[in-house]
Amino acid sequence: MEPLQPEQRMRHRLESLASVPQFCNSPTMIVMVGLPARGKTYISKKLTRYLNWIGVPTKVFNVGQYRREAVKTYKNYEFFKPDNEEAMRIRKACAAAALKDVAIYFSKEQGQAAVFDATNTTRERRSIILNFAKERGYKVFFVESICEDPEIIAENIKQVKFGSPDYADRGYDEALEDFVQRIDCYRASYTPIDDEKDRILSYIKIYDVGSRYLVNRVQDHLQSRIVYYLMNIHVTPRSIYLSRHGESELNLLGRIGGDSGLSPRGQKYANALETFIRDQNIHELKVWTSHMKRTIQTAETLGMPYEQWKALNEIDAGVCEEMTYEEIQEHHPEEFALRDQDKYRYRYPKGESYEDLVHRLEPVIMELERQENVLVVCHQAVMRCLLAYFLDKPAGELPYLRCPLHTALKLTPIAYGCKVESFFLNIEAVNTHRDRPGNVDVDRDPEDALKTVPDHI
Amino acid sequence: MKRRSPSEQHPGKRARAPADTMDDQAPSKPRELTQNPLKKIWMPCKNGLPEHHISQRKVCMTNCPTLIVTVGLPARGKTYISKKLTRYLNWIGVPTREFNVGQYRRDLVKIYKSFEFFHPANEEGLRIRRQCASAALNDVQQYLTSGGQVAVFDATNTTRERRNTILQFAERNGFKVFFVESVCEDPDVIQENIVQVKLGSPDYTNCNSDEAVEDFMKRIKCYENSYETLDEVLDKDLSYIKIIDVGQRYLVNRVLDHVQSRIVYYLMNIHITPRSIYLCRHGESELNVKGRIGGDSGLTPRGKEFAKKLSHFIQTQSISDLKVWTSQMKRTIQTAEALNVPYEQWKVLNEIDAGVCEELMYEEIQENYPLEFALRDQDKYRYRYPKGESYEDLVQRLEPAIMELERQENVLVICHQAVMRCLLAYFLDKTAEELPYLKCSLHTVLKLTPVAYGCKVESVCLNIEAVDTHREKPENVTIHRTTEDALQTVPPHF
Repeated sequence: MEPLQPEQRMRHRLESLASVPQFCNSPTMIVMVGLPARGKTYISKKLTRYLNWIGVPTKVFNVGQYRREAVKTYKNYEFFKPDNEEAMRIRKACAAAALKDVAIYFSKEQGQAAVFDATNTTRERRSIILNFAKERGYKVFFVESICEDPEIIAENIKQVKFGSPDYADRGYDEALEDFVQRIDCYRASYTPIDDEKDRILSYIKIYDVGSRYLVNRVQDHLQSRIVYYLMNIHVTPRSIYLSRHGESELNLLGRIGGDSGLSPRGQKYANALETFIRDQNIHELKVWTSHMKRTIQTAETLGMPYEQWKALNEIDAGVCEEMTYEEIQEHHPEEFALRDQDKYRYRYPKGESYEDLVHRLEPVIMELERQENVLVVCHQAVMRCLLAYFLDKPAGELPYLRCPLHTALKLTPIAYGCKVESFFLNIEAVNTHRDRPGNVDVDRDPEDALKTVPDHI
Repeated sequence: MKRRSPSEQHPGKRARAPADTMDDQAPSKPRELTQNPLKKIWMPCKNGLPEHHISQRKVCMTNCPTLIVTVGLPARGKTYISKKLTRYLNWIGVPTREFNVGQYRRDLVKIYKSFEFFHPANEEGLRIRRQCASAALNDVQQYLTSGGQVAVFDATNTTRERRNTILQFAERNGFKVFFVESVCEDPDVIQENIVQVKLGSPDYTNCNSDEAVEDFMKRIKCYENSYETLDEVLDKDLSYIKIIDVGQRYLVNRVLDHVQSRIVYYLMNIHITPRSIYLCRHGESELNVKGRIGGDSGLTPRGKEFAKKLSHFIQTQSISDLKVWTSQMKRTIQTAEALNVPYEQWKVLNEIDAGVCEELMYEEIQENYPLEFALRDQDKYRYRYPKGESYEDLVQRLEPAIMELERQENVLVICHQAVMRCLLAYFLDKTAEELPYLKCSLHTVLKLTPVAYGCKVESVCLNIEAVDTHREKPENVTIHRTTEDALQTVPPHF
């Protein structure tokens, strides 16, 4: 085989088929169903975040958002009364506009899944969506959330509705009263998905925030993954702590990978982490590490049981394992440049890419969703991947997220997202973060290549 | 606020609150770590000896054992599901065993006469059947308290009374209970079921087909009147999955933990549509011929011949809608290319990573790493190459491929020796000890077709010469053995 030109070689490697099988040939519409305050938008956003993270381009289309743009000021619940003809007209137009954007997303923007977030509580509305999808060859999967527990609904309204633009200038009680009336407007015409009449549809019904599920006619791999994900998430308050191992011997030498032990400062960090965790007073904390010595040594100091996960091992740098960046530049200058060109997809020779890492970490994410309070002691690239999942960072940003040594991140789910608190535990450590340099050409000077390499011994 | 609290269900093991027991003054002295030479797992040690510490990731984090209880009328697939689920759980490393009450009955009542045995008014029959259920539960208790993690209690369990007995038994012993109910009223499915598995049952060895079917239908009728299906309201506090019409629909209630979540996911992905799975290795590679392991070399001329022959073979099989999967290594992709059909590359199908031994010959491994070589022979399943993988790691890596194979229909998987051994072990229910020594020769295609409770295997050798890459376990596996003993079973190469 003749040697390819550098640009050709780059394209050749980067165009290789994804390490996950193709999910589906036709795009899929995920259609939410349910009364207001049943968690539809929560599920929509979370599911979208998950699907994007595992590599399925997904977007949410929230019809309420379209309505807010069409009707600049929200007056009160009367807008949603079933006999309000003017409002009905506007709402139908908004749904149609959203559907149109779904079609554009699929046909022009390479979207693979679209989450249609609206109440969709009538058979009529769902028929319109089904016809729309059928005409264009899209698959449809319904997600219905059913809940009559008044406490959950009240908590829901508190968490997300009071902060809504609709209620920006209203008092607590006023907003609550209006929203309750709003829900009632939908109730009279609410027809849940019918297990008999709708037996040919593909759907999942979620009862009472997940204590029970009904799953009907899962068509393909993507729907199967969606069902599995939805069945594993929960809303119990909890926090996830992410931290790297303490500074390691190889960190000090500016070498990547390997399986070295902690430096003296790294051990100090482990002690500080123990104090920190103790002071956090966390209920039933689970501790996870990788199979590598440095994370295990860090966890050992905590004096608590911990689980080792091979899936949490640092990214495999293949032929570059235990090298400094200077050595990589010297021995593999082209590889070094290719990595800077597309750090997410670039795979080290005989090693892994960030993309591979995400795939490897998926079971970890799934188990993190199932669990409650967890501390994950891991590595730089791994922590970047996990953080990107929780904070919804795209593939372009993921490999450059800052995850310095000796800093613990506390992630707490709140409303539709995640609150992040960063705790630097005051033990000095080397910087291991290498920014993308200005020059990423394969013909660049070593000086340009090494411009952003952090200091080391 | 109502919330799901899975942690409430776990008796025992709570994280020790460090504040209670740690001395604020003394700096925590971390335990020394040592790396287990076989699995390369870092473990705490004292005086150079490993301390007992369950810190490795086990696949399923149940603290207490789980009892899976099937529910359903006869011929609803309970035994099919029990056996398949047991096979899957064992393969992913969860010690599981099934307990089929019908088997206990057959052992007790040597000869089956007719459906009358199952008549609800047959006191003697009821007595015996209750006795069998008790005996089975006794064995379940034995199993789950001596290393077993999951027991599948396979019986009709169609009355609430019987299920309550089981629930009480489980509570006394601290076992979690998960019900798997199969509900089906499609007469075609039931008929096919009876034909596939009942006619061959020991109960009907002396009947002809028609007699057997007639008797079995009457047997089903005996259960129908007293059948109490799992009820949304009455049984709302139980953990269960109800499978309706062979998987068209599922009702899932109160999944408590990781094991149950995996079981549900598995059950929701399997199907019974007839299909075949073809497994083969890539064609002979350049490194194969040199007796070197691993690497990413291309096909030899003979390997290319095989690829061509494979293409002809596949065409003659006239398989509808065949999916073709390869790894991301050159040799499997080159093989697939010759088929001239679309194929998908899976990184998880890559050959086992031999770490520092990549591209070495066995002779070189013996020369440079004699200790490692011996450890591998001592426990080939669990042994992890330094900076590489073990068969145990490989199984975990392959689990998503197995899951997708279950979802799919006709698939040809072009992979590698160790990978093929793992996949084959799953389909043929081979133990961890047998798995690394399964024979998976080059240039041979295995066609696996699910039938009754297992898998039919047809081996097709495509008649292109290739080196033998199979190394048997040598007799001497001690670390001080001679080079000659170590290399006794290495197959010939250039």
